[in-house]
Amino acid sequence: MELLMFFIFGVGAVAFALLMVTNKKPVNAAMCLIGVMFCLAGLYVLLNAHLIAALQLIVYAGAVMVLFLFVIMLLNVEEKEGRLAVNILVVQSVAAVVVGLVFLTVVNLPKTDASFFAGMGIPDFGTTKAIGKMLFTEYLLPFEIASILLLAAIVGAVILAKRRIDDAE
Amino acid sequence: MVPLNFYLMLGAILFSIGAVGVFTQRNALIIYMCIELMLNAVNLTFIAFSRFVNNMDGHVFVFMIMTVAAAEAAVGLAIIISVFRNKATVNVDDINLSKG
Amino acid sequence: MEQVLSTISLRAICPEIIVAAFGLGILLMQSAKSRWMKDYFGYVSLIGVLAAIVMVVKGPASFDMKAVEYSFNNMWVVDNYARFFKVIFLLGTGLTILISMKYLSDESMMHGEYFALVLFATLGMMVMASGAELITIFLGIELMSLSLYALAGFTRTRLASNEAALKYFLLGSFATGFLLYGIALIYGSTGTTDINAISKFIHTASLQQSPMIIIGMGLLVVGFGFKTAAAPFHMWTPDVYEGAPAPITAFMSAGPKAAAFAAFARVFLEALPTLQTEWTAVIWVMAALTMSIGNIIALVQTNIKRMLAYSSIAHAGYVLVAFLAAGELGVSSIMYYMLAYTFMNLGAFAIITVMAGKGEERVHIDDYKGLGYKYPFAGVAMSLFLFSLAGIPPTGGFMGKFYIFQAAINEGYIGLAIIGVLNSVVSVYYYLRVTVAMYFQSPSSTTQGSDAPALVFSPALLLAIVVAAYGVLSLGLFPAKYVALVKQSSLLLQ
Repeated sequence: MELLMFFIFGVGAVAFALLMVTNKKPVNAAMCLIGVMFCLAGLYVLLNAHLIAALQLIVYAGAVMVLFLFVIMLLNVEEKEGRLAVNILVVQSVAAVVVGLVFLTVVNLPKTDASFFAGMGIPDFGTTKAIGKMLFTEYLLPFEIASILLLAAIVGAVILAKRRIDDAE
Repeated sequence: MVPLNFYLMLGAILFSIGAVGVFTQRNALIIYMCIELMLNAVNLTFIAFSRFVNNMDGHVFVFMIMTVAAAEAAVGLAIIISVFRNKATVNVDDINLSKG
Repeated sequence: MEQVLSTISLRAICPEIIVAAFGLGILLMQSAKSRWMKDYFGYVSLIGVLAAIVMVVKGPASFDMKAVEYSFNNMWVVDNYARFFKVIFLLGTGLTILISMKYLSDESMMHGEYFALVLFATLGMMVMASGAELITIFLGIELMSLSLYALAGFTRTRLASNEAALKYFLLGSFATGFLLYGIALIYGSTGTTDINAISKFIHTASLQQSPMIIIGMGLLVVGFGFKTAAAPFHMWTPDVYEGAPAPITAFMSAGPKAAAFAAFARVFLEALPTLQTEWTAVIWVMAALTMSIGNIIALVQTNIKRMLAYSSIAHAGYVLVAFLAAGELGVSSIMYYMLAYTFMNLGAFAIITVMAGKGEERVHIDDYKGLGYKYPFAGVAMSLFLFSLAGIPPTGGFMGKFYIFQAAINEGYIGLAIIGVLNSVVSVYYYLRVTVAMYFQSPSSTTQGSDAPALVFSPALLLAIVVAAYGVLSLGLFPAKYVALVKQSSLLLQ
């Protein structure tokens, strides 16, 4: 059953991803990316990562992609017809390298089996409570850095996209 | 139970698709979507590893990656808007991204 | 899972708190909207930088004791290595702020956000230097990069600046993807992202040959290669440096590069020292390529910003040579070189910023013809910085290169040292070309006629140039005390 779910979501994700990279219309590509994100959220649930699955839908598929769609509408870009790839050689070499990498990773899987990490199953693995506890104890400092990071991003985005920067008064 | 390999393979495939997309696409918006796809593939890898090494550090890492991705999206889209305002294009061929 | 309380140590992050607080303070000042405050943004942020430098230097545990202090559950480490790099970043930031003030009022872009973003970027670099966990280092990298993307596009009405920002952003986040994938693979094979724990785990589980870790390491090389602008991942550098506002180009070429090297060295020498044989080969090729590509392409540039962009690629190559030499000598020569590079590059950019003038119109080498006689001070200072970049004694650049090649030869990288020296010789040509233009060519009527606006050196700019010149000269003439300093700051390697 779990395997079946994996294949449904996995094949779905790959299919949407392929559709996305071959698409020339930003709106369609954005929709495909949302599809990928939904499939991945399903996989996260299979992996017991409940909070991350929810965040995937709320933050990624919700907020980030809505922002994308909003910008696409705002710019109202007309699609340029024509080729996808400019430099076939570059594309091919990149593809070759990356695919080679995939197989290397897959063929030589971790030499350490799971038992090496002698951790017992954590009862509340992946729950909001567990992650929240980690964020505010062990990972307190990164959490605070992330808050500054968000502020910097807001300031940067506003200063770049604002139509006119008011000079005083 | 689904073996770890499957998740890793899926992550690697998605990552590769994203990386190739960055080079084949000409539209800055779609290129950025491809980069988001790569980040998603990384997230999947993290979550899968996290499950199999049985600690939740990976979840926190993914949490941070999501934060960063959202922040990056805001800045990136603002940059795309500012380019569009001056040049009325989001096609990277006109912007000469690969020169140099 | 037992509950772990974070070992909070505010003392350890005191300089960072100061930088962040001043960044926030400037944003508040900006929102107050009173006009008279506008002129003080720069000075206020400068005070913040100076306060942070004092805190770094006078921080807990004295410098001589080589104390290594971990806090926040091993997320954060304060050691002399981190402190030394923080001083480099803060010096770079201080000089950038001095250079920026006149530029911004010329372009009527005097906004508090600029200084806030510069300070946030600096904060990111400091986090990178002090991160003892991949997650902290990653967030530092992103904080720095996000601020820099916005700063590169800060002159919003100039198309070149927009395009620079876009290119920087797309390639930068592409590189982030690789970096993260590398981290994910390392996390997967060791079960941790703590730098010391990774090293221990690899050692005890003898994972040196595990392909997953090697691939992860390779991906990290790609990610850091982008951030340090090392070939073959340097292609974003020339366009970004050319298009970004001149003070930001200066900023990007010094601090962020040093920060990327700081994190690079910490991750590779502390977390993955057992894989040294694996990464040596890769970095050897990268170093040779980076030096050669940077110097050879710089030969044919006519735009001085672009020329210095290629030169900065070449300098990254020299630092990679030191990186390869690892060990105490290698690490301390990285620090020495980055300090010298910060002074000489920011000094050169201070003069470029003055020369460029409003709208950055005069950035060609031809525009520098006759400068040496018209503005003797600028001419002498520029020549000094260029000599230092070329590695001509008695400047900091020469001593820096000397230590790097010495370290390389000590560790047996003689071939690489020879390539490096040959490259330095090549580089002399294009640096001297500017000097020759300044002193031995008369201005052509089209580029710098009588209608060319006179150069105005504001006090802040003069101060920046004097500080940079002092740094370059004292690093070149009295290297002993700096060498003692960097020796004390080297990473404590097992």
